[in-house]
Amino acid sequence: MKTNLQYDKDGRILFTEEMKKEYTILMPMMLPIHFRLFKNILLRHGYKAVLLETDHPRIVDEGLQSVHNDTCYPALLVIGQLLDALKTRKYDINKTALIITQTGGGCRASNYIHLLRKALKRNGLGHIPVISFNIGGMEKNPGFKLSIGLIIQIVYAILYGDLLMLLANQTRPYEINKGETDRLVAEWTDRIGNKLRGSTILNNRSVRRDFDAIVSDFARIPVMMTQKIKVGVVGEIYMKYSPLGNNNLESFLLSEGVEVVVPGLMDFVLYCVDNAITDTKMYGMNRLKGSLAIPLKKYLEKLQNMLISSVKKEASFTAPSPFEHVKSLIKGYVGSGNKMGEGWLLTAEMLELIDAGVENIICTQPFGCLPNHIVGKGMIRKIRENHNNANIVAVDYDSGATRINQENRIKLMLSVAKLNMQKAAARSV
Amino acid sequence: MQHYRVGIDVGSTTIKIVVMDDDNDIVYKYYDRHYAKVRENAARLLADLKDLLAKSSLNVAVTGSAGLGMAKAAGLDFVQEVFATKIAVEFYHADVDTVIELGGEDAKILFLTGGTEERMNGSCAGGTGAFIDQMAALLGVSLAELDKLSLEHGTIYSIASRCGVFAKSDIQPLLNQGANKADIAASIYQAVVDQTVTGLAQGREIKGRVVFLGGPLTFQKGLGLRFKETLGLSDEDAIFPDNSEYYVALGAALYSGSLRQMDYSHIMSCINKAALAKNTVLSLPPLFSSKAEYAGFVERHSANNAKVIDIATYEGDAYLGIDAGSTTLKLVLASPDGGILYSFYKSNLGEPVQLVKEQLEKIYEMCGGRIKIKAAASTGYGEELIKNAFRLDGSLVETVAHYYAARFFDPQVDFILDIGGQDIKCFRVRNNAIDSIMLNEACSSGCGSFMETCAHTLGYSIEEFADMALYARHPVNLGSRCTVFMNSSIKQAQKDGAGIDDIAAGLAISVVKNALYKVIRINNPAELGSHIVVQGGTFLNDAILRSFELETGKQVTRPDIAGLMGAFGAALYAATFKTEKTSMLSYDELKRFTHTSRAAVCGGCTNNCKLTINRFGGSERYISGNRCERPLGKSSMSVLPNAYKFKLEKLLELKPLSGPLGRIGIPLGLNMYENLPFWHALLTHMGFEVVISGLSTRDLYSKGQHTIPSDTICYPAKLMHGHIMKLLDMGIDTIFYPCMPYNFDENLGDNHYNCPVVSYYPELLKANIKALDGTRFLYPYFNPGNRKNFTRSLCSFFTDRFNVSRKTVEHAVDKAYRAYRAYRADIEEYGRKALEFAKANGRLVILLSGRPYHIDPEINHGIDKLANSLGLVVLSEDCVSHYIDKFRTGVLNQWAFHSRLYAAAKFATLHDNVYPVQLVSFGCGLDAITSDEMRYILETGSRLYTQIKIDEISNLGAAKIRLRSLMAAVELSGGARHENQFAI
Repeated sequence: MKTNLQYDKDGRILFTEEMKKEYTILMPMMLPIHFRLFKNILLRHGYKAVLLETDHPRIVDEGLQSVHNDTCYPALLVIGQLLDALKTRKYDINKTALIITQTGGGCRASNYIHLLRKALKRNGLGHIPVISFNIGGMEKNPGFKLSIGLIIQIVYAILYGDLLMLLANQTRPYEINKGETDRLVAEWTDRIGNKLRGSTILNNRSVRRDFDAIVSDFARIPVMMTQKIKVGVVGEIYMKYSPLGNNNLESFLLSEGVEVVVPGLMDFVLYCVDNAITDTKMYGMNRLKGSLAIPLKKYLEKLQNMLISSVKKEASFTAPSPFEHVKSLIKGYVGSGNKMGEGWLLTAEMLELIDAGVENIICTQPFGCLPNHIVGKGMIRKIRENHNNANIVAVDYDSGATRINQENRIKLMLSVAKLNMQKAAARSV
Repeated sequence: MQHYRVGIDVGSTTIKIVVMDDDNDIVYKYYDRHYAKVRENAARLLADLKDLLAKSSLNVAVTGSAGLGMAKAAGLDFVQEVFATKIAVEFYHADVDTVIELGGEDAKILFLTGGTEERMNGSCAGGTGAFIDQMAALLGVSLAELDKLSLEHGTIYSIASRCGVFAKSDIQPLLNQGANKADIAASIYQAVVDQTVTGLAQGREIKGRVVFLGGPLTFQKGLGLRFKETLGLSDEDAIFPDNSEYYVALGAALYSGSLRQMDYSHIMSCINKAALAKNTVLSLPPLFSSKAEYAGFVERHSANNAKVIDIATYEGDAYLGIDAGSTTLKLVLASPDGGILYSFYKSNLGEPVQLVKEQLEKIYEMCGGRIKIKAAASTGYGEELIKNAFRLDGSLVETVAHYYAARFFDPQVDFILDIGGQDIKCFRVRNNAIDSIMLNEACSSGCGSFMETCAHTLGYSIEEFADMALYARHPVNLGSRCTVFMNSSIKQAQKDGAGIDDIAAGLAISVVKNALYKVIRINNPAELGSHIVVQGGTFLNDAILRSFELETGKQVTRPDIAGLMGAFGAALYAATFKTEKTSMLSYDELKRFTHTSRAAVCGGCTNNCKLTINRFGGSERYISGNRCERPLGKSSMSVLPNAYKFKLEKLLELKPLSGPLGRIGIPLGLNMYENLPFWHALLTHMGFEVVISGLSTRDLYSKGQHTIPSDTICYPAKLMHGHIMKLLDMGIDTIFYPCMPYNFDENLGDNHYNCPVVSYYPELLKANIKALDGTRFLYPYFNPGNRKNFTRSLCSFFTDRFNVSRKTVEHAVDKAYRAYRAYRADIEEYGRKALEFAKANGRLVILLSGRPYHIDPEINHGIDKLANSLGLVVLSEDCVSHYIDKFRTGVLNQWAFHSRLYAAAKFATLHDNVYPVQLVSFGCGLDAITSDEMRYILETGSRLYTQIKIDEISNLGAAKIRLRSLMAAVELSGGARHENQFAI
């Protein structure tokens, strides 16, 4: 039975309160740990959320058929994954809604939600409501409201996710009992998930306690500390994080005996908040948003510092740098007014990695990514000029690029990394 | 016990093996093509070495782009190939700074000093051996001949090396104009050099001692010479070593020294095991499940065979159609009811006129007194040349010719797809008019020649290849993208052990997928229509035809004269003439016919069109290659309104006025084409002498080429590097080029952003042009869309830095906003007048809709003039966008320049005589969004959408086909109310 659809003044299908009760909400995947936590939060708030963990080739085909092929690859995958799920008949298409993030900025990514709607229409699925997940106040829906409580939980989930990802990356390559790290990640993801789902009230104190417990749990995993090459992964956010997008880059690197370093999601969130402040200060845009962003940024930074100090309690782990430090590194490269896509953050992340001694970097981007022409590929020459040992490879991803080509380029970077490591070892002897 | 090191290099097409002893002497080397059978061939080559190696202890390393899979499967050590090269070069040569290695499909550059860096070609085959092979084939010479020719060159032409299609469109006109083959040969090499310098070096200068490696550089001396000359290398600094094709294998051998030692039998068992292992490959369903199914398929298609009539016995009327394509000539003589009396199909070898002459003589001889040719018409690339040369009765644009032919086989045809060797053309038919033409301008994948080239590379003829494909059990899924990507997909499939038949079938499916999803971009086979006619030589390949039917789930019509449809259509068109006898040259006149052509460059304007002046016998002259009527001595057309010209002239009127603050340079590109009047007024009133870098040229582009870090960025952005270099050359020491994420707000959209590239390109320039370090390069962030904020930022930026008063700045700001408003008002006024003119004179208006910077003649290649010469009034999107109020779009309408596009499309839906043509720069990511939305707005208003892709390559042929087909469609639908008769 079809629900009566309601529309806003622009003709957009609204997600109504009634739908909240009946509709399944499909979420596309990006960062496995984090998104599983997000799903649990949505469940707790009464949404019937389902996280899509599919990764078969049919997803790409769906994307190719429904999205302009020159559009960035993440759009193609996200939309392909959602359409593919709708077509499996696993979900009642008259009782299903979709959710997708919307950043709102000068990058093409702000248009994903519109491309998704166009794709739905093309496939005769135009009646499916699409929820925009954003904190900028775009596209409101009566049945989906971001309450303060929900936002705070999401923020905590990002931190939990960042912490688990960080510790797992620093432990997994060295663990003596294979699989132990992943088991611990799964265990904690469940525990946090239940906590977020249940009625426990989160506050800074209980979260800090969790952080400390997580850190000491990971520290207890028996490891064999051999010297390994460290490789940082930066880039366009979806390509950087999504195994579906980057052809399981992390596991490939692991199989090459590498320790992977991936910057956390909180930096990106802080970057987005910081942009709202810049937008007001530098460009005189949206004053209200800018003034709300200032306390929000302070709050987030405080939480990020909490994570950092927990990690620092174990000497064997390397803690991430505070946001302001990351931001300070861009001086002489790009300005903080560069705010489309990953903007200055991408350059900053490369510099932060080098700063932290991770000189081998993979810069991932969808083929033809516009902001990355400037903040990614455009800055590599200059970074190398200032850091002789910086060993950066830019890898493009799209439906036609083959894994063998990508891996070959990465292997080249790894060969140089190995040589640099040997040279450094020789010097220190 | 004797000890050897063995290096095995498995490249994309060849396998090389070297054996080295402990004195570093090469005791054995061998090189062979592997024809995709990597593991078997490796096993065979090693088996051949039994006598040498069986009793020794060995180190082995595998390298090469196709070596990874083999090494993995065999459990041998792998060394990345660029890294192996580095090891070899450092071993054999001292003090080398750079290594350039070109292979079959790979191009690599290594910087060894000043920060080791290695780069490989990523997404593009331009500048590789495969590219040279392709070009030699186009010229019809062997590689050795190409090399010899190049040594005798005089001039060098600019040829794009990125993709075969682009280069072809540069070379073909040169050939047709009778350019010297030696010059072209050298120009091809130069294109490879340019591609290496920009595509690979990406902002790093190649200097010092350079080692050149790889097959093409070993065997083609001319190529090496071009490199030496371009890079300014002395004989000592340009090193072309012996054994250069073995360097990668040698590097692997050297590398293997640090690995475990093994004995021969162990290695052999590893490799044999790998050769036997059959990997699982992502496969697709077979094309035909049985021979019976194929027979049924053949049977069904034979219903679409053309009627053949014996010319030797036929008596009566006949009509002649000539399709003079860019590389082939096709000719059909048809009876009034469409029977084929005679047909001809051949490569034109660059001399179409001579070939037509011979054919016409032959036809006259065969016709004798029995057959009367009542009319003759031409179509295709050379339609006008042939029509003029032989005094034909008419000519028509090729799309319409194809439509005539397709309609003959299926009167209800609503979709036509033509895939030739290098071109894809397709269009819909709506109300008997051609609609939504799609051509492959940007990419050659999906064309027939690609499959042919692959077949040859793998050692088969195209026919054998097609036959194998029909019964392949597990066709490989090769994806649907650029040729280069496909080549690496094939590599991957080979690595995974797929058979040739599966690859052949996979390729056939890929060709179809590319055409469907890349060029036509269908979402759903239903969109193609229900009466589909497929044609072009490529569809004579049953594997491709079958793939098409399977992929779309539709049964289609493929005439057996699929390769001749243009000529057949022209003949059918000729049959509509009411002539008693053709005006074509008679047999006697043909015997006396002579044709000479000479190349000339028009000096009429900055486009500098390369003209070909043809003379046929006496005084008759025909000029081709021109964009406008100027060289023809006619001037009537030049009075037609042209907003591109108007805007450009307005900008060039802005002159430097000397001021107390000295000279300040502005690069004229990207958003400066919009904002120049603003900044010019602002800076001038602050007291600067504003110097503008001037119009873009090809030379200017090449000056900045070596500083471009991202080879896939749009051409307008790439040109900025040249503009900066030019300002530096002019001795300007202060350059102003602000970062502008926001543009002026015209209230047409939800926001008024610039695109990410336009917004922040100055930051990229600063980080990549070293010469800017010694210059005052000013690139602050500004948002002139918010005047208050802007004035404040401007004051804080300029007052202290240049010691100007706040008051002066504020005054200048006022002047700037006025100047900008005045400029906009002038454009709007021009638009208003032009629309009036068009109405009064019954002219069609072409809205050339793009970005402000598309008025740069180096970017638009003179499309505006071409449109004028076709009798069209030319306006730009910003001449009319202000007539439209903000309206709801299906996408987030947040970029200032793009909002104008949507408004322009909306405007066209309200004005019958206005036709938008969208100009899209290759690599423009935003246009993936805008073009779909523009199409949607237009089609919702029952209007035609036309798009022209533009790039650094000047090829107006495609633009002309689109414009003329658009006009043909307008004419057929009765939309044109003007007097002009177009040759359609």
